[in-house]
Amino acid sequence: MSGHSNWPEWIYVGVVIALMVWVGAEAWETERLIEHVPEDAKTIIVTGQQWFWTFEHEDGTKEIGELHVEVGKAYKFEVISKDVNHSFNIHDYVVLMDAIPGRVNTVWFAPDKVGEHDIQCREYCGLIHYNMRGTLYVTEPLS
Amino acid sequence: MTLELAKPRPIWQIMFSTHHTDVGLLYLITSLTFLFLGGSLALGIRAELFYPGSQIIADSMTFNRIFTVHGTTLIFLFIIPFASAVGNYYVPIMVRYKDMAYPKLNAIAFWMIPPAGVLIWLGFADFTWYATPPYSIISAPGPAADMWIFGLKILGISSVLGALNFVVTILKCKHPDMSIGQIPLMAWAFLSSSLIIIVAIPTFAAALLMLLTDRLGVSGFFNPAMGGDPIAYAHLFWFTFHPEVYVLVIPAIGMMYEIIPRFSRKPIYSYNSGVFAFVMLSIVGFSSWAHHMYATGMSFTEKTVFMVGTLAAVPASAMHVFNFVATMWNGRIRFATPMMWAVGGIALFFSAGAGGVVNSAMPLDFTTHDTYWVVGHFHLFVMGTIAFGSIGYLYYMFPYVTGRMYNETLGKIHFVMSFIGTVLVFFTQHILGLYGMPRRIYDYPPIPEWIAMNQIASVGAMIIGISMVIFLANMIHSSGKGKPADTDDPFGLGGKYYYPFEAKNPSH
Ligand code: HEM
Ligand SMILES: [Cu+2]
Ligand SMILES: [Cu+2]
Repeated sequence: MSGHSNWPEWIYVGVVIALMVWVGAEAWETERLIEHVPEDAKTIIVTGQQWFWTFEHEDGTKEIGELHVEVGKAYKFEVISKDVNHSFNIHDYVVLMDAIPGRVNTVWFAPDKVGEHDIQCREYCGLIHYNMRGTLYVTEPLS
Repeated sequence: MTLELAKPRPIWQIMFSTHHTDVGLLYLITSLTFLFLGGSLALGIRAELFYPGSQIIADSMTFNRIFTVHGTTLIFLFIIPFASAVGNYYVPIMVRYKDMAYPKLNAIAFWMIPPAGVLIWLGFADFTWYATPPYSIISAPGPAADMWIFGLKILGISSVLGALNFVVTILKCKHPDMSIGQIPLMAWAFLSSSLIIIVAIPTFAAALLMLLTDRLGVSGFFNPAMGGDPIAYAHLFWFTFHPEVYVLVIPAIGMMYEIIPRFSRKPIYSYNSGVFAFVMLSIVGFSSWAHHMYATGMSFTEKTVFMVGTLAAVPASAMHVFNFVATMWNGRIRFATPMMWAVGGIALFFSAGAGGVVNSAMPLDFTTHDTYWVVGHFHLFVMGTIAFGSIGYLYYMFPYVTGRMYNETLGKIHFVMSFIGTVLVFFTQHILGLYGMPRRIYDYPPIPEWIAMNQIASVGAMIIGISMVIFLANMIHSSGKGKPADTDDPFGLGGKYYYPFEAKNPSH
């Protein structure tokens, strides 16, 4: 290199590379685990459109702007859009999936506590994007 | 060495000139004008978000138009023209040539920018700086959207022409006595960023045309109602614009390579590693574009590939930081204004990169994506690193351009306020993102944490705004009335080493 010895830089680059390998490996392992949808997950069809969310349960019941699920069960969301791109988001459960016309994207979660959480749109979709919000209600199992 | 003729000339002589320093001056004035215009929009956004409910902006449509034009302006009409300004002034001198390789083409590339700026500002589109379909096809109102598309088209051509000129000037016109391994690192920066432009821009240029014909209804490339695919646009867009982020940042790093060694009064720690890191970034920068698309429903394999591609570029960025710190180590540092900006910029560059690594890790990105975290992340680059490097360099070149000295105290006040402001705005936005606030929203529910953090960010923005007024006053006043600078050594650094390019300003 430029005349003088450069070992501090080599060590530094080595450390950075090691860190990146570690971040990558952890991320890979975690993502692999969380992408595995449980067999018994119930399907909910999530439709985004300007500017509200519709949820359709397996039994055909529909909800607008509100979603009721039972604690301790796994749910698989099939996220679709009727017009432009949106992004379905329950921030408290790190659920995030784009709703893109012409595609069905899936994401799942299993709420572990009774409670209420915000649902929002996280992809710009126009005029009322800022208020394309809803509420998730996690309730005790009915039966 | 003075870069600009001390004797004043009528403005039209500069406007119709093709000489590189004149074109550089035109670029400089244009870019600073747009810095202030675009910056004012940012203050509007921050004022609106100070508190839930409508504050100063009447409706969400106006708000959406404002952040769209804010982003477009600062990326394409401030950062890129500013780099061209510096490149025009310095690259020919650094390679010891009398001008740019193609002076007329150079002037043409510049003159495409003002009309593009006018189109973007008169249109005031609302579809964000990435114009994603199908919104941009079926929902975004014209003619604003179409004017934006034409504006960007023109800017794309302008950057490609400018880039070709830099590449030819550096590779073909450099003095025969000089090898490519002897050109200053800033010239390497311009070579690398220009090569990225030439490879990256055509893809987006094609996508823009397809978007336009889609809007006209004669094609359906990205319109699902006509069998098209919006994801295809996202790929074309990010294939251009992830590399483009390096186009933005590399010249600023190059400017820091000019400032840091001089004001540390030490040679650069390792020239070779600086060159290596620039070349690496411009190659590896092409392997990571879809890290912007983790949430679009990509397969696990695709996500993994782009995560690896993103992480692979990190060591090269980190090498620059090391090089700067190692250069300053044991140096006789003089913290004049340009040095303060450069050092502050490096600190923010490091923080920005650390946040970028978090985004790259796929599971973590589902927390940060499209929240204020991402806004904080890239602003630590565009504002914290690029604007800081650029402004530092502007102070540095000021005496060479004007023959006069700026006011040092005001320069330092400008830095301190901007640094504090930048930390307040953009570090806070990272946290706000972790609390889940989406970006690009006109209004938000009154969640106490969201309100508090928005207020901190708005105060920070105000501080930056005030410091920019001080900056403007300093520049305008000092360029006419500042005390005459010793153009051999305006910063009193002493020693000939620190001005290695004994450049003669070619007579006009
Ligand atoms: C250490 C290097 C970097 C890493 C690891 C990194 C990583 C990332 C990732 C993964 C994203 C996507 C975040 C998301 O949308 O969820 C992102 C966004 C972004 N980054 Fe970086 N980045 C780096 C350097 C840069 C540089 C040098 C710039 C330049 C100026 C930059 C500008 C941006 C911009 C503009 C966006 C967001 C664009 C938008 O959504 O509007 N990044 N970065
Ligand atoms: Cu939305
Ligand atoms: Cu990127």
